[in-house]
Amino acid sequence: MSALKIKKGSSSHSAYDLRDPNAEIIEAHTLAVMVDNEVGVLARVIGLFSGRGYNIDSLTVAEVDHKGHRSRITVVTRGTPAVIEQIKAQLGRLVPVHEVHDLTVEGPSVERELALFKVVGAGEKRIEALRLAEIFRANVVDSTLESFVFEITGTPEKIDAFAELMRPLGLSDVARTGVAALARGA
Amino acid sequence: MSGQMTGARMVVQALRDQGVDTVFGYPGGAVLPIYDEIFQQNDIRHILVRHEQGAVHMAEGYARSTGKPGVVLVTSGPGATNAVTGLTDALLDSIPLVVLTGQVPTFMIGTDGFQEADTVGITRPCTKHNWLVKDTDKLAETIHQAFHVATQGRPGPVLIDIPKDVQFATGTYVAPKATRTGHYQPKVKGDIDLITELVEWMETAQRPILYTGGGLINSGPGASQLLRELADATGFPVTSTLMGLGAYPASGKNWIGMLGMHGLYEANLAMHGCDLMINLGARFDDRITGRIADFSPRSKKAHVDIDPSSINKVIHVDLGIVGDVGHVLEDLLKVWKSRGRKVNKEGLAKWWAQIDEWKAKKCLTYRNSDQVIKPQYALERLEALTKGRDRYITTEVGQHQMWAAQFLGFDAPNRWMTSGGLGTMGYGLPASIGVQVAHPDALVINVAGEASWLMNMQEMGTAVQFRAPVKQFILNNERLGMVRQWQQLLHGERYSHSWSESLPDFVKLAEAFGCKGAKVDSPKDLDDAIMAMIEYDGPFILDVLVEKHENCFPMIPSGKPHNEMLLGDASTEGAIQAGGAVLV
Repeated sequence: MSALKIKKGSSSHSAYDLRDPNAEIIEAHTLAVMVDNEVGVLARVIGLFSGRGYNIDSLTVAEVDHKGHRSRITVVTRGTPAVIEQIKAQLGRLVPVHEVHDLTVEGPSVERELALFKVVGAGEKRIEALRLAEIFRANVVDSTLESFVFEITGTPEKIDAFAELMRPLGLSDVARTGVAALARGA
Repeated sequence: MSGQMTGARMVVQALRDQGVDTVFGYPGGAVLPIYDEIFQQNDIRHILVRHEQGAVHMAEGYARSTGKPGVVLVTSGPGATNAVTGLTDALLDSIPLVVLTGQVPTFMIGTDGFQEADTVGITRPCTKHNWLVKDTDKLAETIHQAFHVATQGRPGPVLIDIPKDVQFATGTYVAPKATRTGHYQPKVKGDIDLITELVEWMETAQRPILYTGGGLINSGPGASQLLRELADATGFPVTSTLMGLGAYPASGKNWIGMLGMHGLYEANLAMHGCDLMINLGARFDDRITGRIADFSPRSKKAHVDIDPSSINKVIHVDLGIVGDVGHVLEDLLKVWKSRGRKVNKEGLAKWWAQIDEWKAKKCLTYRNSDQVIKPQYALERLEALTKGRDRYITTEVGQHQMWAAQFLGFDAPNRWMTSGGLGTMGYGLPASIGVQVAHPDALVINVAGEASWLMNMQEMGTAVQFRAPVKQFILNNERLGMVRQWQQLLHGERYSHSWSESLPDFVKLAEAFGCKGAKVDSPKDLDDAIMAMIEYDGPFILDVLVEKHENCFPMIPSGKPHNEMLLGDASTEGAIQAGGAVLV
């Protein structure tokens, strides 16, 4: 268990600790969890987060090995370094969990998210939306005379930026998949 | 054995192949096919309980006293939900259990059928793992996997939900040997480099302490043996959590008593003042640590635990060794011996002198009386009159539990069964029956408080039916003693609902159940009453009327560090401040 080395003084996660919980740095981490794709496995993972009071920023899951019935859960969570280590250890001891990887600390990784944006409008605003979509390399996947649906792929930050730009141009609905991530290199 | 058979027969066959001799259960509509199979065989004994919670606690008592997994069989819906408290209890104390629940047939799942509950959903957070079996062909393999998961790594309760149509249908039986146990293979050997580092620390430590826990009991008698060897060879003092009592003998020369909220003065101060803390199979529970920020501030800490998530969960340690404590102790001893069996003799001598000074405080001293029975006195007499026998003790939860831990000595593992993590009132009576079923000729005593005892008193019927001669030693103060103590210390002596009114006459109650009871209220009659209880050939309820307002000391008030213990009533004024009051 090499993942147990954490910096000194970072163990404040306890019912008996009455220190200001904001006294330590909160970090966002992207975890890749390889699990058996069995009934209830997602409920087990989510239940662990809610039951122990951990945060979930985003979570995606799909079977990635149909033969071996193996799914990959990508979860973006945040907490102090001690809490992040505890989350990984807690995930690791679930029976259907095979591997837990912290992509944030295990080296460079790529993160992508897919989103669909419906933008409703006419005239100048409509033209501006289309122009910005081109800059962001978003595709038009549906179009009427009053609306577009854009498909955009990128980091969560890029998608946030696109959402900010679309808001004054008639943004009506957003669907986001959450983050999928892989380590870089072989 | 393999071949075609019904799911119900498979259950019985799988249990037999797993070496199960006893099942604690209660029948109902959704498990009738399995009960029909139980009726037609004699290998597995079924103990009919009076309430499913009792079945789970009995299985816990069985498991803790034997080291084997306890097995429970209950029906769907209320049968399963009644088992939830016991499952949670077993999860928190790491007790291996395999619980089988009936379920409505697969085609009715989700229709709110009669006695339908989402059992796997309800029990997901209170089991180590659980399964809903929808295909008879997978049933045998699932049961074998369940035994594997319950007993390997950190033990815990598992549950298998079996729909009724799966019990009726025919499928192929798979023997344990042919079963794939999957990837669940927790690591038992510790990292030898880390173990060597720990040995280096042991060689120079001036004030070392062995802080032992339930992991040593769970690891098996071999681990306790190795602990004794280590402690005796190094001369290091040994303390233990509530769960670990008996791993090192109370009569051993290095024993300094239980630690924690109601632990001994010398044990807590040694934890606070040590320079090397070696945690063997304990988990830095909040009953142990007190205020985290001031927990053993000047020590290096090493932690041996089979569960990686226990390490650095509460207390940051300098060295975390993941592995089975028995295996790690074996390697630790090997390395320590091969490096020349070095310890810091001078430092240790000073350390023991300091510990002896703390011991001289005699922190368990209480003011005895010749008018009323003090609960501490009752336990001292119970200890004196049962010493030398191979005795098994269970407890309920509260003051009596802490006094039992303080005043009874345990010289062997698996002799002390108590609800530690969850603190389940109503645990002790059924647990005592489970222990007695596993050890028919042993002396099994449940040290109880009257309020806890009433929570599962229906199980006296089970004790009588199955001739389990369990002794119920009830310290009756007509109060919820621990609640009353906290209200006194913390809530301005406003005793909100912490007294027991309309208590039954326990002697008549014993008679009503078909066993024997007696009442004792005078210290001079106590010995005779205890002997009568022990010598009676059958279940016995001894109602010991004790001092009603006795407080349990020593006590670390919540939110305080180890070196701020309360030793008696005189020191309680303003002991718990606002910050501590929010804690439990």
